Amino acid sequence: MKMKKLLILLLPVFAVMGLIVFNACKSADKNTGGAVNAGLTLPDGFIAVAVAENLGSARHLVVTPQHDIYVHLAGAKNGKGILVLHEEGNQTTLKTSFASYGGTGIAIKNGYLYASNNTEVFRYKLNDKDEVINPDQPEKIVTGLISKRMHEPKAIALDNDGNIYVNIGAYSNICSDFDPQKKGCPILDSAAGIWQFKADKLNQHYGDGIRYAGGLRNVVGLDWNQQDDQLFVMQHGRDALHDLYPNLYTVHQSAELPAECMFALKKGDNAGWPYVYYDWMQNKNLLGPEYGGDGNKPADPKFINPVAAYPGHYAPDGLLFYTGNQFPEKYKNGAFIAFHGSWNRAPEPQAGYCVVFQPFKDGKPDGKWEVFADGFAGTAEQKASGRAVHRPCGLAQGPDGSLYVTDDVKGTIYKITYSK
Amino acid sequence: MLMLFCLFFGGLYAQTKKPVSHTGTTSSVARGKIVYANICLACHMADGGGVQNMNPPLIQTTYVLGDKTALIKIVLNGFKEDVEINGQTYSNNMTPHSDLKDQQIADVLTYVRKSFGNKASTVTMAEVKKVRAANVTK
Repeated sequence: MKMKKLLILLLPVFAVMGLIVFNACKSADKNTGGAVNAGLTLPDGFIAVAVAENLGSARHLVVTPQHDIYVHLAGAKNGKGILVLHEEGNQTTLKTSFASYGGTGIAIKNGYLYASNNTEVFRYKLNDKDEVINPDQPEKIVTGLISKRMHEPKAIALDNDGNIYVNIGAYSNICSDFDPQKKGCPILDSAAGIWQFKADKLNQHYGDGIRYAGGLRNVVGLDWNQQDDQLFVMQHGRDALHDLYPNLYTVHQSAELPAECMFALKKGDNAGWPYVYYDWMQNKNLLGPEYGGDGNKPADPKFINPVAAYPGHYAPDGLLFYTGNQFPEKYKNGAFIAFHGSWNRAPEPQAGYCVVFQPFKDGKPDGKWEVFADGFAGTAEQKASGRAVHRPCGLAQGPDGSLYVTDDVKGTIYKITYSK
Repeated sequence: MLMLFCLFFGGLYAQTKKPVSHTGTTSSVARGKIVYANICLACHMADGGGVQNMNPPLIQTTYVLGDKTALIKIVLNGFKEDVEINGQTYSNNMTPHSDLKDQQIADVLTYVRKSFGNKASTVTMAEVKKVRAANVTK
């Protein structure tokens, strides 16, 4: 009798001990210091593993059918800006490294690897195993692009007609430093847009390219949508509405506005920077305060509207249309967006630092976005202060439909898979 | 090591500090904190740590702890050069803040030089005034 009572009393203790042992076993087979899902939170059925860590500032990446991962580092490490990892069994080994320059843009198309630094775009011929044949002898495709210490990365994407699209970011927040008399922003002819060049022509300058779409402050995440054969880009919206116009915008409005925008571009489109911004709370494209706006006046309709909008300062650095078959049906042809996370929402808590899923239907956003992968930043305090441990940047799809995410703080590569 | 020394020295300083003789500095720091929150915090962050690749940290750098004239000039004229601190480059432009009063600049720089683990001397209104007068003729 006494024994039974004791057992009942001790039952919760056993239960807790069991739970601890169980959790220890569960996390022991994962990387990143044993954290479950490498520290990420994901929808049910998804698993994350850190397949590489401490690479440096890992920006964009591509994964080949042979499970080689090309990662572009923001700055060359030991003189090498592109790492080639080979993945096997959720682990990677460094196969080789090359390219004397750091940068963000990297892509594979029609037997070539394309990569950019802040002023140029190169390409490397690949062999039948998608390996670079002459790593020391790239062909220079584009040269002489503007890079003025702000929004310098030249993110790239390719279409199916032999063209490459290059972001040339505005070297200014809102052009007021170049347009004090409000006569018209003078930097739009050579920056703040997406330029189109030939993917196979050497040494192209501005004059050889086309300003495909303008009025885009800065784009880092962009992808070619195969369903409607169209370029989609994510714009980093302007900063400092409250700091510059405290009478028109509250601290809270300045944290949430303007929206980070997704645009579906056609040749000749103008997204309106620096004259307009998008208010995701009112769902309106508005005239910017520098050019007579007051937080309510509408933008000139000649500027295109975004096809989807997200909270302010989340900093979209990666965009990927998911075409794989591994994930559940709802993800097919939808968009994943890697939000690098904010730095200028203070004094409100910083936010972002997540991978978002945007549902699509027939090549257009359809329904509300949702947070897909979170937890990159670390603790709630690390996130709120902006001292994030990891920040998502690049996205890639593996040959089996797995999703790869880079982190450019510590250089982790996360591989996210789904099993029923 | 420098940090440790400063912490140690700071601790000593705090212990030996008598409130009477330091009211001037204390109120300058308090006023400077408000200026910092309104003008500087958005970019340099609440902890003075700045933002990766963009806005430089204000912690234990010669820009903040060194020559006061150069520091005052940064506030008055803004800053348009790459800054390299501990192997990291920071490249955002800083807008000029010459619209701030001499006292506000003295207060905010005193606050920055005595916060985030920094332990440097105060910046006075007279010093700012002098630098501003020399700066205008430029």
